Amino acid sequence: MSNAAFSQSASHAGTDTGLGTRIVRAVAARLVIAVPYIWLLLFFLIPFVIVFKISLSQTAIAMPPYVPVLDFSEGVGGFLASLREFSIDNYLWLTEDALYFNAYVSSLTIAGISTILTLLVGYPIAYGMARAPASLRPILLMLVILPFWTSFLIRVYAWIGILKPEGLLNQLLLTIGVIDQPLIIMNTHTAIFIGIVYSYLPFMVLPLYSALEKMDYSLIEAAQDLGCPPTSAFWKITFPLSLPGVVAGCLLVFIPAVGEFVIPDLLGGSQTLMIGKTLWNEFFANRDWPVSSAVAVILLLLLVVPIVLFQNAQARAQEQGR
Amino acid sequence: MNASLSRFNIASIVLGFAFLYLPIVLLIVFSFNESKLVTVWGGFSTKWYVAMFQNRGLMDAAWVTARVAFISATVATVLGTMAALALTRYTRFRGRLLFSGMVFAPLVMPEVITGLSLLLLFVSMGLDRGFLTVTLAHITFTMCFVAVVVQSRLVTFDRSLEEAAMDLGATPVTTFFQVTLPVILPAIISGWMLAFTLSLDDLVIASFTSGPGATTLPMKIYSQVRLGVTPEINAVCTLLIAVVTVGVIAAAIVNKRREVQRQRDEHAAQRG
Repeated sequence: MSNAAFSQSASHAGTDTGLGTRIVRAVAARLVIAVPYIWLLLFFLIPFVIVFKISLSQTAIAMPPYVPVLDFSEGVGGFLASLREFSIDNYLWLTEDALYFNAYVSSLTIAGISTILTLLVGYPIAYGMARAPASLRPILLMLVILPFWTSFLIRVYAWIGILKPEGLLNQLLLTIGVIDQPLIIMNTHTAIFIGIVYSYLPFMVLPLYSALEKMDYSLIEAAQDLGCPPTSAFWKITFPLSLPGVVAGCLLVFIPAVGEFVIPDLLGGSQTLMIGKTLWNEFFANRDWPVSSAVAVILLLLLVVPIVLFQNAQARAQEQGR
Repeated sequence: MNASLSRFNIASIVLGFAFLYLPIVLLIVFSFNESKLVTVWGGFSTKWYVAMFQNRGLMDAAWVTARVAFISATVATVLGTMAALALTRYTRFRGRLLFSGMVFAPLVMPEVITGLSLLLLFVSMGLDRGFLTVTLAHITFTMCFVAVVVQSRLVTFDRSLEEAAMDLGATPVTTFFQVTLPVILPAIISGWMLAFTLSLDDLVIASFTSGPGATTLPMKIYSQVRLGVTPEINAVCTLLIAVVTVGVIAAAIVNKRREVQRQRDEHAAQRG
């Protein structure tokens, strides 16, 4: 009886939805989708179109410092005329000057090496956290997330006092007698690696932890019971099972690290070449907006593949969550 | 996964957290340094905090930053929550793929690109760079973080609660405010806090989109850091860290309490 009554009441609720309710729902659905959609179109997508457009225009000594292209203010004729003004000079300029090519290559290299280092540092931490007693885990998790909330700039700044020639690290090492000459770390690639590993460590640890935490530890015990040595149990079981976390963590570190500005600027000194810094200098020091736009377009193209990979990983995680 | 911790596990946790926290601890310690040098300890003093509060430029920048962060976090929370609802509730609508792309891409977009593109937008719109443009820029990049945080809560949301409320005669609007909102509120609060701190911390996007009269605290800190490390900057940083840490821990405790309370209520409801 209860079953029949239940299904009856369910169908009743289905048909009885009033016209007003349905209108409210439809309007709400439109609003909830449309408002953020339009915002992102206006402030995220269109700006990229503008960057692309300006990267094709000529530099001019004016404010804004470029010759406008795609200007609709002079009607269709003016628009067609302006199409002819398009030039790929800025891109040619990028290929002519070895500075830009070297900056791209060195950004990708530095980001790649830093990502591997972050993985090497982050994996044991995430593994230890996943093995910790369940009561301790939320606190450890909180401790990993907390530095992420403190300013990026402040955390990079903190390293200057440690790494500079008369800094705390050298003082310590000189006092205990490990070295007799101060190490030159500041303004080298080593300083950038330290800065990136330090700043992006939470991004690596969190996805690794969530992958490792779900793992069934009895699998390892079974392998060991069957005579598998711990190292090969790790490579055959633990690591493959944590692979989604490894991929997500590496992408979360690599993508922003390629375009990083603060770390190479404050820790790397004037010697280091990274594309984020080049773009910044082109823009603020040389005031060359078209060239910095072209630099941005190329950087974005370089990052399209990892970003799409990241988005797919996100979508898959979302599917699993459901 | 549940097993005892090996010595290796303990060592990696301890060393890992030492690596994460030591630089911040040193920064805080040296903000109380008597000496003007940040690397030589000259005794305890709070004079740099006094100097900081007397620094007019620094205080103005702090006030600008607080206002930008408050306004942008609030608007970003509304927009981000809407985006999260759109992504979890409506699996089919035209341009959904583009929409989800636009929500997730800013999370990993290099800041120099976001900053440059927004600046070029504002210039072509004819907007003068200043308070308004920084706020708009911060709303845009922080709303995506809010969306991700709220979405992760919505995915696990039990929709039969909403259906039950509607069966009992609640209108969709009432249902949203009485049933849905209380459940996802902890996520919305975390989203707001995340947006607030991201805005508070941002240097790169603010440098591109801000103009004269709207210098934010990170911009001010950055310009002084380039001239050299001073205990006064350490003091500013310490204060910022303290504000954020207290906020995050307070929010975590409140969330925890609410969660426990909610579970107790659910148990009571099931038994009752």
